[in-house]
Amino acid sequence: MAQELPYLRETASQTAGPYVHIGLAPGAAGFDIYEKELGWDIAGPNAKGERIRVEGLVIDGIGSPVKDVMLEAWQANSAGVYAHPEHAGEVEEGFRGWGRVITDFDTGEWGFDTIKPGAVMGRDGRMMAPHINLWIVARGINIGLNTRLYFSDEETANASDPVINIVEWEKRRQTLIAKRQVRDGQIVYRFDICLQGDNETVFFDI
Amino acid sequence: MKPGEFYQRDRSMHPPAYTKDYKTSVARSPNYALISLQNSASEITGPTFGHNDIDPMDKDLIHNYASNGACAIGERIIVHGRVLDENGNPVPKTLVEIWQANAGGRYRHKKDTYLAPIDPNFGGCGRTLTDENGYYYFRTVKPGAYPWRNWVNNWRPAHIHLSVFGTAFAQRLITQMYFEGDPLIKTCPILNSIPDADAVEQLIALVDMNATIPLDSIAYKFDIILRGRRSTLFENRLEGN
Repeated sequence: MAQELPYLRETASQTAGPYVHIGLAPGAAGFDIYEKELGWDIAGPNAKGERIRVEGLVIDGIGSPVKDVMLEAWQANSAGVYAHPEHAGEVEEGFRGWGRVITDFDTGEWGFDTIKPGAVMGRDGRMMAPHINLWIVARGINIGLNTRLYFSDEETANASDPVINIVEWEKRRQTLIAKRQVRDGQIVYRFDICLQGDNETVFFDI
Repeated sequence: MKPGEFYQRDRSMHPPAYTKDYKTSVARSPNYALISLQNSASEITGPTFGHNDIDPMDKDLIHNYASNGACAIGERIIVHGRVLDENGNPVPKTLVEIWQANAGGRYRHKKDTYLAPIDPNFGGCGRTLTDENGYYYFRTVKPGAYPWRNWVNNWRPAHIHLSVFGTAFAQRLITQMYFEGDPLIKTCPILNSIPDADAVEQLIALVDMNATIPLDSIAYKFDIILRGRRSTLFENRLEGN
């Protein structure tokens, strides 16, 4: 027998199941237990930049909204800095850059309030267009799905984004672009995620 | 040397998206291939948590939802272990969250209608931060098996759901822990969604007699392995590294 390499193996993923809310959003499951539930305030009160709302549906291969999804968002601040010790630069006090959101049990709609992130330096010194990283888990999803949300009003930056451009099919790139609209004076980006089928969202192996 | 990119995830060991015997996966699995993305700052960073985010009581499920002086009903257990990366290095100060059914297999969730009763002194969720050695523990009761609508007569093995962050969005993981010797393990379509027998074994916690509290609680040991990182960047320097 050849020698063995010294690495451990990653723990296998399993579905989050239909009751993910008990652990990660117990208020939605129907009970109040924690003094502070995590993930409901992404940007905090001091964040600079444009205040936005992001919302959408997650749609299954039948075309039906998925009503038991949990999404997590990870984003930079308006200057393109992540709230992480390895990323150079400062973020505003209270800016976490991470959020957790669940879908409405009746409609499947989800949404969160944040600030629009700035462009982030990518590989090779190439700037990435402003984007929010999303991670999606639910009953029936065996391993969390990673995607990115880009913004429809960043056409120039999107056109040169190194990640969008590795998606070979131009038609599929559109699935990563959230549509900007203004509703009652508030800026809202619509981002529907199709798990399967004709308009299937691009998912990444990161 | 500063840490760089994460090792490629071995997706032949993880469950694929489409696993027909776990029926809900059929309409919720992408048809197209994932697009492989080399790590940028977006993937090698992730949220951080501190002790002011949680309460020390949050890791004691026997008491964290119980009335004063009461405790949850069931087999009292300790679940403990370490969060390590594939290099064997501890992952300190990372958030571990768990959730589970009560001793009768009933979840405290408005969508769970199983006829086994709610335990008034049991919520079913907990959270903690690993210490500087990557170590964590919870106190809880052993969950019961419960039936679910997949095949007509499907029962989930006793299990605890776990959510772990690591230091980067690329390490984010949700999994389930099972218990040594449970005969339902081999019949479960969710556990059998994992194609690799060793990877299945890695989700089964052993009784750890050395960690029990005599006359109080049995212990199970469960280590969680997250993706490891290269120690150098061979190609280009990433922002922040």
